[in-house]
Amino acid sequence: MMKRFLTLLVALMLAGPVLAQNGPLRLTITDGVIEPITFAVPSFEAETAAAQQVASDISRLVVQDLAGTGLFREVPATAFISQVSSFAQPVAFADWRAINSQALVVGAVTVNGDQLAVKFRLYDVFSGQELGQGLQFAGTTAGWRRMGHKVADAVYSRITGEGGYFDSRVVFVSESGPKDNRQKRLGIMDFDGANVQFLTDSSSIVLAPRFSPNGDRVLYTSFESGFPRINVINVATVGRQQLQTAPGEMAFSPRFSRDGAQVIYSLSNGGNTDIYRTNLGTGQHVRLTSAPSIETAPSLSPDGSQIVFESDRSGNQQLYVMSANGGEARRISFGEGRYGTPVWSPRGDLVAFTKQNAGRFHIGVMRLDGSEERLLTSSFLDEGPTWSPNGRVIMFSRETQGAGGTSSMYSVDISGRNLKAVPVQGGASDPSWGPLQP
Amino acid sequence: MTLFKKAAVLLLVLATAACTNPDRFGGGAGGAGADGAGAGIGAGAAGSASDPASPLFFNQTIGDRVLFVVDQSTLTPAGQAILDGQAQWLLTNADYRAVVEGHADEQGTREYNLALGFRRANAVREYLVSRGVPAGRLEVTSYGKERPIAVCSNESCYSQNRRAVTVLSFSAITS
Repeated sequence: MMKRFLTLLVALMLAGPVLAQNGPLRLTITDGVIEPITFAVPSFEAETAAAQQVASDISRLVVQDLAGTGLFREVPATAFISQVSSFAQPVAFADWRAINSQALVVGAVTVNGDQLAVKFRLYDVFSGQELGQGLQFAGTTAGWRRMGHKVADAVYSRITGEGGYFDSRVVFVSESGPKDNRQKRLGIMDFDGANVQFLTDSSSIVLAPRFSPNGDRVLYTSFESGFPRINVINVATVGRQQLQTAPGEMAFSPRFSRDGAQVIYSLSNGGNTDIYRTNLGTGQHVRLTSAPSIETAPSLSPDGSQIVFESDRSGNQQLYVMSANGGEARRISFGEGRYGTPVWSPRGDLVAFTKQNAGRFHIGVMRLDGSEERLLTSSFLDEGPTWSPNGRVIMFSRETQGAGGTSSMYSVDISGRNLKAVPVQGGASDPSWGPLQP
Repeated sequence: MTLFKKAAVLLLVLATAACTNPDRFGGGAGGAGADGAGAGIGAGAAGSASDPASPLFFNQTIGDRVLFVVDQSTLTPAGQAILDGQAQWLLTNADYRAVVEGHADEQGTREYNLALGFRRANAVREYLVSRGVPAGRLEVTSYGKERPIAVCSNESCYSQNRRAVTVLSFSAITS
């Protein structure tokens, strides 16, 4: 049976949305101008008395996640004509159409002791249909934010057709103290800056943590010995292990292979820095570059077959791509200025980088052949991009100028829209975005 | 009627371990951090600047550091003159070892600056070795842009931060 659905399709370079009359509620994310999907989230029904507060909190978190993307705009509760007092009651679609809410999220929350259950349904208001199936999440009350993020991820995913990124964590460097004696320690947080926990103390400098593909471990550079060395730390137990290096060698800029079994990183010896790969199980290592120039910041392609890295072999920092087994590299960056810290996108189509030009720093993206370079940010010092699990958002460090300069984390869409600070207490740098949690 | 008459409800149980104490390290500040210049001999043990055999003489009269131009690791003539003095002192005072620490200014990405600092430290080490200092007494490390000594964001500070510092120590260096 054919039904009339509303599709909101935003095409590249169009100034506004194209409305079609067949197909479900759908937002196609492109680089063009986006007219946000409007949505309403009536406060989730509390099915037990103890669920009152958390039902309200979860509803607000769903709104915050969705509206925070810039792709959705909340229709506030003050505009509601009908109230949803019960999860089971039929939806009065006309009332939601009248206030022009394209999507409606209805939910209910049950609390039993420390056990929490959240269920929700998503409706395509203009077609009068449910979008996807009812879904229920169960966990503990302490983990209520994860359940809110799960609901928001499901809504995002059903409307955009892409994976979400709200139920994910970010490992970063928490900073305190003056610029000439900055204390640094590893922190881990939810993607939105909530639930910060620390993985190390600040007794020695730590730099550039990197999540393992499944989020169980973190690689980072530590100055514990006075010489840069690579540590791997277990997120759950905070147990640490150091990568073996010979005396006189410095190791830094590590990243996991896609299977989490190997590490690619930079090793400096005799003033020269090259890229190596080490098997974490056997300790066996392979040298992947051998040039007198600086080769650093390696990042693997999603299929593990290639590495993008930076090198100053041409005279200044530029981006190169080579086979994951080393060998000849092809230069991909040719614009003005210097290019560093390349990171391959999880979709495989783009590389994010830091660009330094004319006294400014930028976060940008380009295709792997160097085409379609797009600078997303500009400031005194932006650096170190990391990709959201769905490849739609980039998080990075921004440092302010001068003696009182401090570092914060920001996120920006790969379209360049929706630039915003990630709210954490104190200074923060070097974010590494982990996977969507199971 | 059932809540989910059209579809089975997928039930996902989340492992949401609660952590009531986010900071298992207590306050967090784990000491001043023995990172960067000064990790060698404390001021009290450095002796007098007028005593040519004292580390203070090395640090202040000869000069413990050389400076570099932007994005370079080539030694300047002024830098070479300081290193000639350092080499002479190290040859005379054979009980001392040194770690050469390379640093960069803040205008650069973290990883690149680490590699650049290492280049600078190594340029100093190679020069000292060329002047007769046994290679086994000299180690190198790099702090990249992590330990500026001057904190403003202009060339007057940057020029001081682009440095390699020769940090003396009595004891055998371990790595």
